[in-house]
Amino acid sequence: MKKEELITKLSVIVKPYIQNEEAFKSLSENTDFINDLEINSANLVDIILDIEDEFDIEIDNDSMEQMLSIKATVEIIQIKMNA
Amino acid sequence: MSNRVVITGLGVVAPNGVGIEEFTKAIKAGISGVTFHQNLKDKGFSCCIGGVPIISEEKKQEYLSPLQLRGFNSTSILYGCMAGIDAWKDAGFSLDEHSDLDFNSGIIFGTGTSGIEKFREAIYKIDDQKVRRLGSTSVVQTMASGISAYLGGILGLGNQVTTNSSACTTGTEALLMGFERIKNGKSKRMLVGSSSDSSLYTWGGFDAMRVMSYKYNETPEKGSRPMSETASGFVPGSGSGALVLESLESALERKANIYAEVIGGNINSGGQRNGGTLTAPNALAVQKCIRDALADAAINSSEIDVINGHLTATSKDALEIENWTKALQRKEGEFPYINSLKSMVGHCLAAAGAIECVASVLQIKEQFIFPNINCEDIHPEILKIVSEEKIPRKMIEKEINNIVKASFGFGDVNACVIFKKYTK
Repeated sequence: MKKEELITKLSVIVKPYIQNEEAFKSLSENTDFINDLEINSANLVDIILDIEDEFDIEIDNDSMEQMLSIKATVEIIQIKMNA
Repeated sequence: MSNRVVITGLGVVAPNGVGIEEFTKAIKAGISGVTFHQNLKDKGFSCCIGGVPIISEEKKQEYLSPLQLRGFNSTSILYGCMAGIDAWKDAGFSLDEHSDLDFNSGIIFGTGTSGIEKFREAIYKIDDQKVRRLGSTSVVQTMASGISAYLGGILGLGNQVTTNSSACTTGTEALLMGFERIKNGKSKRMLVGSSSDSSLYTWGGFDAMRVMSYKYNETPEKGSRPMSETASGFVPGSGSGALVLESLESALERKANIYAEVIGGNINSGGQRNGGTLTAPNALAVQKCIRDALADAAINSSEIDVINGHLTATSKDALEIENWTKALQRKEGEFPYINSLKSMVGHCLAAAGAIECVASVLQIKEQFIFPNINCEDIHPEILKIVSEEKIPRKMIEKEINNIVKASFGFGDVNACVIFKKYTK
């Protein structure tokens, strides 16, 4: 799956959790979940579960800790999908 | 420092009415909110009827955000948020997620168990080795204090924010603890109340104890029969009641609408001695609780116009009436009017005290006594000590100054509060 396509799918997944609409409108590879989108850190685990369902992958604890931005998340999804 | 405490806001989610307006109409007209539930029958319950508030998806969205409603499965938190938010707005406050933190307002909002359906979901996932699939929503919806935590954040309150739990006494106890906090100058305003889930998992244990009404599955609205000779146990109910308590000084300063004054009360326990057990009341402690409430309010028992009883429709109703006659030293034609909201909504368990306190306050504000339904055949043991006309079967419009409301719960715990018509 192409990076652009992945980012589009990710934006749909994170939308319910975001608290900063402006940052969401200009979402890019460099967007940070907590600092930019102001997502409640407790909701990060819900986003991971939604990603697992969407891409039919399983994300281990170590990978989970890194998934704090769109860029890092895309990279991990790609690794898991190609595994 | 001792502040006078008044009630400036009300909210209710009851089986026979959601919102104060609908609920007031229902209790005046004697409308039952008890209905038949196929899921209880399917699971083999003896009692297949219950009181469940009717709430549409649209209505839920008026109170909780789309994010809060994701993976949401806790009716007790839903009802509590609805009643609590309504009460807060009714007291004249607006809802603003960016409001300044208010250190002068707190919450005591009780429950028995929180989000029992959500807890069931979690248990199934864990047993299926899918603990990580619980996500972030499991803890906040199943912790007992979920309800006060949700409300605390929605309203932005910075005084004490907590949840109490004392079985069927919970709501009345919450009110009295909030009352004391304001009276003692620890807070200006306290949102108090309680809520209880609509769930067969909450009700199942009572069905097993054979204390629920099982003879009226064909005629649900006739099933909850406090003080009736043909009562056969309580009908399970659910919902939430909420009240905003406020120091008189703060209420006058804000020019708030005042429903009634809380003039005193008492909380005690029978210690499971002298006939009291984990599930039955110690009669002496019940009587003492009522007498101590009167003393705390500094009024004479002759000044009580109406009793809103606990009266669940079990075999204990006659004992409760006897306790009232002894505590007040009034009987037969001298006994105050008495009613039980449970005839219309069933026994809302942990929510009962709060919903019934709301009903009591409405009676003072609008000067009426709501009818007891389903006791056309008053129990002969009760008629031996109280005159029939003191148990109204039709609404009475009357001048009411003082109402006493009591709740008694498993654990042999008691709470009694006295509401007074507000006068300067």
